[in-house]
Amino acid sequence: MLGVIEVIDGGIGNTIQDSGRTGFRHIGLAVSGYLDAYLARCANALAGNPDSANCACVEIRAVGPRLLIREGPVRLALAGEISASLYRNDDEARKIRAWRSFTAFPEDEIEFDYLPGGSSYLAVRGGIDSPVQLGSRSTYQHALIGGIDGRQIMTGNLLPCATTVDPAEPEKSASTIWSYNRAAPVRVVLGPQDELFQKETIAQLETASYRVTPQIDRMGMRLEGPELMHVLPSAADIVSDCVTPGAIQVPGDGQPIILLADCQTVGGYPKIATVIRADLPRLGQCHPEEMLRFQPVGLPRARLAFLEMETRWSVWARGMTRAEAIR
Amino acid sequence: MSETVGAVRLLSLGDAAWTVEFGDRIDPGLFSRVRGFAAALEQARDEWRNGVVTETPLPGIVDVVPTFRSLTVFFDPHLCNGETLGKTLLQLAETTGNVPVAGRRWKIPVCFESEFAPDLDELAETKGLSRDEVIALMTETEFQVYMIGFMPGFPYMGGLPEILGIPRLSSPRKAVPARSLAIAGEMCAIYPWESPGGWRLLGRTPLPMFVAAEAESPSLLASGDRVNWEAIGRARFLEMEQEALAGHLDRFAFLLDEEE
Repeated sequence: MLGVIEVIDGGIGNTIQDSGRTGFRHIGLAVSGYLDAYLARCANALAGNPDSANCACVEIRAVGPRLLIREGPVRLALAGEISASLYRNDDEARKIRAWRSFTAFPEDEIEFDYLPGGSSYLAVRGGIDSPVQLGSRSTYQHALIGGIDGRQIMTGNLLPCATTVDPAEPEKSASTIWSYNRAAPVRVVLGPQDELFQKETIAQLETASYRVTPQIDRMGMRLEGPELMHVLPSAADIVSDCVTPGAIQVPGDGQPIILLADCQTVGGYPKIATVIRADLPRLGQCHPEEMLRFQPVGLPRARLAFLEMETRWSVWARGMTRAEAIR
Repeated sequence: MSETVGAVRLLSLGDAAWTVEFGDRIDPGLFSRVRGFAAALEQARDEWRNGVVTETPLPGIVDVVPTFRSLTVFFDPHLCNGETLGKTLLQLAETTGNVPVAGRRWKIPVCFESEFAPDLDELAETKGLSRDEVIALMTETEFQVYMIGFMPGFPYMGGLPEILGIPRLSSPRKAVPARSLAIAGEMCAIYPWESPGGWRLLGRTPLPMFVAAEAESPSLLASGDRVNWEAIGRARFLEMEQEALAGHLDRFAFLLDEEE
């Protein structure tokens, strides 16, 4: 039977996401999608989903949900700094750690432990089969599209799974945890408005460290650090042009804001630089108080960095092994 | 990272998008250059899709976004080389001319009655006009949609009569009702969704600005469209709003024929 998961407590900040919605930026629609695409791909791979399927999973950001398996069995996997408890019948809770798949049966309940921050992913075999809207299942709350009724997952939602599961099929386990080198600088391509900043400021972008503030959501995150100076105070406002996830915009106060997946499509602050695609997923793991440094690179270096990340991910995926079932 | 040729600039927006910039102002002349480039790019992509051998190979483009003064092209670096695409775009932009704004023309109903127009009286008073004179200025003007942004389906429209120019509210409203007709600076817009906002509210339309279920055309308006307002009374507004909610309002009935 196709799996159905009931949300018995929605938690806070949890949304259904896939790889996002392109093709509609000209009408103001954000791309949305997984904040940390590599981690979501890990969860999907552990759940047995092919990488090319871009399966929708639950992105868990603040307080995890409590779930009840209504129909099943379902094959699940967690990736990220996350763990959970599985309640089956009246037995003692079974501990579920991330980085492996497990099978849950009707009446099982899953409760997530405290999350330290960042983004974690719950993948289901076949992906969550919520409605596709404008080419994607990704939730974008500002236009109430994707996910379930365009909102965070909420108490009473039913999450349908797209395929049936044979519980006899072996479980998977990662041989290494997917992680980022947090000490390495975040690589950026300068522009499009780097010319609106003082030369010393461009140099400072490479040397200074910026603290991640608690102001983080799916639209962006504010940083704090040495002021980035515009050539003139009036250069802090430009005639709006296109923005994108990863763009580092600097308003008049000189404190950078990095835009993320749910950001608007246009904006009126100058962008000193834009984070390259290879390093964008890492921003989905930033915690408040973390320090970030930046390193400008050219397009050939950005392309190589992207290929390196993709290769690293393929190596990670090939390292998955069989795991004992949790009974 | 930028490359300038003549008045056209090619600017990096990260490693998966190029912004082709024609200038830094809001100006109908600049915008017609954006339009000209957008049309040429669309034609080149059509030719490429139809298998016509051209000198401008354009695979991998995923989004093309016109703004007041630039056009941003998003691409998938899996499918194309960004540097080659950038050169192609710059070349195309340099060789395309102006295309005057001649998108679709709309006549969109708006109710200007007080309950939908909290800032109309104050605007009229500030400008030494009567309420009806402000409404007449709004309904006699054809606005042009420069771009859609800020939120899905939100049209930035130019053409506001100079006398109606007014700064934003110093303290934005916590909630602007959906479908409010609003002005600020030299711009006019409609809020598709309820949202915080500082623009001055002069009326409300019963037409939904963004309908995700209409997958072919979720946004009512597009960059380049021209918009006229038609004043309607409260009763007609409520009736049309109900029709829209029930999904019975044909949005395309408000398109004007070219000769009108």
